[in-house]
Amino acid sequence: MPNARKIDEEQMLYTPTPLIAPGHTYASVTDKISSIALARRPPLGWFAGAALGFALTILLLASVAYLIAKGTGIWGINIPVAWAFGITNFVWWIGIGHAGTLISAILLLLRQKWRTSINRFAEAMTLFAVACAGLYPLIHLGRPWLAYWLAPYPNSMAIWPNFRSPLVWDVFAVSTYATVSLLFWFIGLIPDLATLRDRSRSRAGRIIYGMLAMGWRGSAIHWQRYETATLLLAGLATPLVVSVHTVVSFDFAVSVLPGWHATIFPPYFVAGAIYSGFAMVMTIAIPLRKFYGLEDFITMRHLRNMAKVMLATGLIVGYGYLTEAFMAVYSGNKYERFMVVNRLFGPYAPAYWALLISNIIIPQALWFRRVRNSVPALFALSLVINVGMWLERFVIIVLSLHRDFLPSSWGMFRPTFWDWSTYLGSIGLFVALLFLFIRFLPMISIFEIRTILPKAGATEVEGERSPSWRPETEGRPSTA
Amino acid sequence: MATGDRRPALYGVMAEFDNPDAVIAATRRAYEEGYRKMDAYTPYPIEELSEALGYHRNRLPLVVLIGGLLGAIGGYWLLYWTSVIDYPINVGGRPYHSWPSFIPITFETTVLVAALSAVLGMLALNGLPMPNHPVFNTPNFELATRDRFFLCIEAADPRFDHDATANFLRSLNAREVTDVES
Repeated sequence: MPNARKIDEEQMLYTPTPLIAPGHTYASVTDKISSIALARRPPLGWFAGAALGFALTILLLASVAYLIAKGTGIWGINIPVAWAFGITNFVWWIGIGHAGTLISAILLLLRQKWRTSINRFAEAMTLFAVACAGLYPLIHLGRPWLAYWLAPYPNSMAIWPNFRSPLVWDVFAVSTYATVSLLFWFIGLIPDLATLRDRSRSRAGRIIYGMLAMGWRGSAIHWQRYETATLLLAGLATPLVVSVHTVVSFDFAVSVLPGWHATIFPPYFVAGAIYSGFAMVMTIAIPLRKFYGLEDFITMRHLRNMAKVMLATGLIVGYGYLTEAFMAVYSGNKYERFMVVNRLFGPYAPAYWALLISNIIIPQALWFRRVRNSVPALFALSLVINVGMWLERFVIIVLSLHRDFLPSSWGMFRPTFWDWSTYLGSIGLFVALLFLFIRFLPMISIFEIRTILPKAGATEVEGERSPSWRPETEGRPSTA
Repeated sequence: MATGDRRPALYGVMAEFDNPDAVIAATRRAYEEGYRKMDAYTPYPIEELSEALGYHRNRLPLVVLIGGLLGAIGGYWLLYWTSVIDYPINVGGRPYHSWPSFIPITFETTVLVAALSAVLGMLALNGLPMPNHPVFNTPNFELATRDRFFLCIEAADPRFDHDATANFLRSLNAREVTDVES
């Protein structure tokens, strides 16, 4: 018996797992995934999660209401640290969103079929993360009701936004990113909404899903245009996602502060965004597959691949840290050098060390196959990386601001209750939106799963089979 | 008598298949037979099908290209016009037309308009939203979004003849051949 177990374990470790567990048919994947959205009652655990999410969302609403009533003075920010949690959270959330676009767009262009099981909820995650991110610059304005001044419209003041400012670029980058993410997500949902329309047993379900599906009937000619549109959107979203975090990094890099003014920022921010985003996808995927029994669709192979992406992007982030420190020392500039010393040994040193440990040192465990194959270890690592990436943004933002050139103008930032409540509240908003999504929409793309079923069409016929239906095996690239 | 009454209101004849290979083979045969006004309905995209239907021209890429160009020109023009013509501000003698700092926003508007035209163009070319359509009258058609594959030869086809077409479809291993009322 021990021998058999050993062989099982060996197989688990060394043989490629199929993308979809064997034995599934078009009907079984359709019924399994759509039944989650169409169930009359969600499982009890759903209520628990949604209740937590909505409770924290109420905390967010209360915090924002109080903020609007009192002003940004309720936060710990002041001169010299005028940006702290608000901007840290903004960069953190928007970075998390990047993994969704990477999975849906870049991996589509690279013909990585394993993306199929995770792209739908990763895109939803992007959308909700961008919603949380977009909130922060708005409430950080001080007078959020004047946010429309950021838009270029002819106004009675006869002035325009300063288009040479990275902060205005940010407005365009983030709003374009939010719009394109929404379009990409919605267009991907249309065929599945049609499935839900046809399978819903309630009248309200048929009407609502029917309106959202817009009369999709699966016509072959429609499918062709649909595939073209998806491919073009992927091609557009790929440079877009790179541009968004690049522009976010310009918010810092274009200024002259030590620790911000660095040319490494754009690539380093983009890698960090993908790193934290994959960590968040992992954080969401692991409980989802467990509680909804989706292990057949989100297999170990998906988790392993995500672990490898995390390892690679984590190393790029580590390279970014090294470059920052090296450039500071090598530049000979005393302010730059002081920035490094202040990070390592200054009043916020624990944050910097915690970030190095959680972003660079602990994730090295991913080199080990045994760790990549352990679900609890991956889950724990993903949480550690989420925390680490939040700390990274905190260190970049607060540590550069609190001690710049003149010691006489140094200061400290201490978060207040409202800093924390707004941050926790935005996590609540994210969780609440995510729970609504998994309750009412198919969290895995049903029609794309149909395309990767190993035996599409059981019978043999004349004519050659297209590459898209070949059984999926690891290590063999699909030939075009 | 029933069929006699129905004939003028006939949209086409629908064949139902239970696997993708059968519907592709049937579509190829129908095309060879000379049928042109037909469409297949499947639960997921099958590249060969649109080829088998004789559909080659796809204007969506052109729509997206035009959208992207309009976005680029419109975005750059917004920046140029506001910063150079409408409200020039002299900041330390820097040029009004500082094109490098106009690139990020121009890029974003390009992507935005191109993406919007990809989605709206796809829907418009497909004639969606269209809440109702004659093919939804087919029995079992709700399975077209699950695991069934359909081929419909439309009554508008010049070679369409109700009985001959239905018999032809029956000869192609169809599970079921039914009339589609319009």
